[in-house]
Amino acid sequence: MTTRRSVLMGTALAAVSGLALSAGLAPATAAEKELNIGFVGVTSGPAAAWGTSNVRSMQVRADWLNELGGVKIGDDTYKINIVTFDDQKDPKRAIAGMEKMAQEGIHYVVGPNVDDGAAAVRPVAESKGIIYFPYAFPKELYTKPASNAVLGMIANYQSAPAIYKYLKENKGVKKVAFIAANESDPLSQRDGGVAAAKALGLEVVAQNDTYPNDTRDFTPVLTPIIRLKPDLLVLSGVSPGNAPLLIRAARELGYTGLISTETAHDAAVLKEGAGELADGFISVGGASTPAIRSKTMDEFIARYTKKFGEYNDESNTKVYALDYIIETLKANPKAINDVAEFKKTVDTFGAPNPYVKEGTLKYVGTTSFGQKRQLSVPMVVTQYKDGAFETLFVGEVD
Amino acid sequence: MEQVIANGLYLGAQYALIALGLTLIFALMNVLNFAHGQMYVLGGFVTYTIYGQLGLPFVLALACSALTLAIVGALVEKFLFRPVIKRSAREESTMLLAAAIAFLMDAIILILFGEKQRGVPKIINGVFVSDSLVMPYDRILVGVIAIAMIASFMAYMQYSRTGRAMRALAQDRVAAQLMGVNVDRYSMIGFALGALLAGVVGGLLVTITGVNSGIGGPISIKAFLMVMIGGAGVVGGAIAGGFILGMMESVGLNVLREFGDVTYLVIFVLLMVFLSLRPNGLMGKPWG
Repeated sequence: MTTRRSVLMGTALAAVSGLALSAGLAPATAAEKELNIGFVGVTSGPAAAWGTSNVRSMQVRADWLNELGGVKIGDDTYKINIVTFDDQKDPKRAIAGMEKMAQEGIHYVVGPNVDDGAAAVRPVAESKGIIYFPYAFPKELYTKPASNAVLGMIANYQSAPAIYKYLKENKGVKKVAFIAANESDPLSQRDGGVAAAKALGLEVVAQNDTYPNDTRDFTPVLTPIIRLKPDLLVLSGVSPGNAPLLIRAARELGYTGLISTETAHDAAVLKEGAGELADGFISVGGASTPAIRSKTMDEFIARYTKKFGEYNDESNTKVYALDYIIETLKANPKAINDVAEFKKTVDTFGAPNPYVKEGTLKYVGTTSFGQKRQLSVPMVVTQYKDGAFETLFVGEVD
Repeated sequence: MEQVIANGLYLGAQYALIALGLTLIFALMNVLNFAHGQMYVLGGFVTYTIYGQLGLPFVLALACSALTLAIVGALVEKFLFRPVIKRSAREESTMLLAAAIAFLMDAIILILFGEKQRGVPKIINGVFVSDSLVMPYDRILVGVIAIAMIASFMAYMQYSRTGRAMRALAQDRVAAQLMGVNVDRYSMIGFALGALLAGVVGGLLVTITGVNSGIGGPISIKAFLMVMIGGAGVVGGAIAGGFILGMMESVGLNVLREFGDVTYLVIFVLLMVFLSLRPNGLMGKPWG
């Protein structure tokens, strides 16, 4: 007689046999070398857009390289495999994610996406021999004695002075107001922005206004700020989801001045959420605009769109991390299992930047951190117009 | 000051509408529906797809949001909550089930609609401007629709046969059953109606605030806050809670702005003090 227990046992046995059989039937793939690169970041919840653009960029690039036959590092050719972990923007989960990467023998991890997560994983990364590439700005992650973190983008304290200087000289900005979400990243970016604005002699008319990150209607938050009539409204560390809502609320309240941020954004999200009210919005991107990007970048965008249905402009910056890891390992194959070798290589590393018409992949950060612990990503300050970004000016970090 | 009051009234109207469905489900079934925010989000995405993507009329999109969520609500009640309520001796089982549904819906919505913030074209353009007040016409319209819907819902609950049956259920489930009320049927209708309200408000507000897959949890928390202020399970309480919270936010953000983000800190402290004095909220018991 067939009982529930016997059915369950039969199912379990069949599953185990199936797995064993499939493992046995795949000698070709087992012989192929595989390079696992990790991702620990946020791919769910309100900030999912940040990590999702990261991980999708990595997956698209990895598929592309694998399609071309893999990556030759030293004498071996590797297929790239992306191992992902959603930390849900929770530092405790970020630690668990980094420990998982260590258990799987992974030495190179992209992420986390936010300050507290990046700070939380530092002890794990340093003790387990992992180089990680956060999208977080605290300087102590990148200055000595820290040495395992490499900043994956331009920090706001690097881009803000350049943007405010440009706007002061070219747009006559004199009065600036800041608004930030009440979370560590936006608040630290706001403080950096306020310091940069004051250093340039700009009058800061508002700097204490904050909002909970899950705010849906920004009219009450912005009402008192708009009354101060700033020339420039800075949305410090604003998430891509909140930017169109803030822009729309400010414009509907009658604000006619400039609006800017130092984070990367997505043109499609701005278009849907704010339409023409977003025209003139200033943000920072990577290989963002048709004016500077290469054919390789165009193909990357096409592949991303084909794989996921829609491109995300944040990937203009986030496309870089995987290429930096692979190119650095190519430059020094010993680094594949030894991060000390990786650290030696960053000081002298250089390779062509495939994503812009002219440029070099190199590690920077000497001025900001006293050591090369930052990816050189083009600092393209863009202005949104009619559903797309236009280049305002291009800067560089040393 | 006129602007602050107008902002508060507008926020209050939308908050009250969000809280209505939650308190209805709690009143009928004693279930804290943690998935209420996710139902709101799903309603928003249905409207986004039909109005924003397919370009069909907004009214049709809103009706589809309502219908979709009513069906989802009915199915959730019939196949998930009903068996658990009947078979479980522990009340917290329904809370765990509601939390599980919330996580499941979060994941499904993320897979179906992606991670990006979404928005739709405005349903009405233009901004009302006077010396002391600035208010976009679409917000005025949404506020008026929200108030009209609240009034219609209350009239339906007060005067319709279904409404009377649901009120009887909320007052005393056993007595209602003994008087011939089909408990299963009206529980399902009530849950569907609660979910429908979440879907409609999601569809309505996508025209103002857009929607993204991760906002379900925060929406639920805010709705619980309103329900606790007004008194869990009381429709009038949820409406009062919504308007009180909207007004407190608007005034707090204006008066306390120099001190940073302390508005919600103050609201939570006041809520704790208030609940210690009136643990059942403003109205304190199911309607009747």
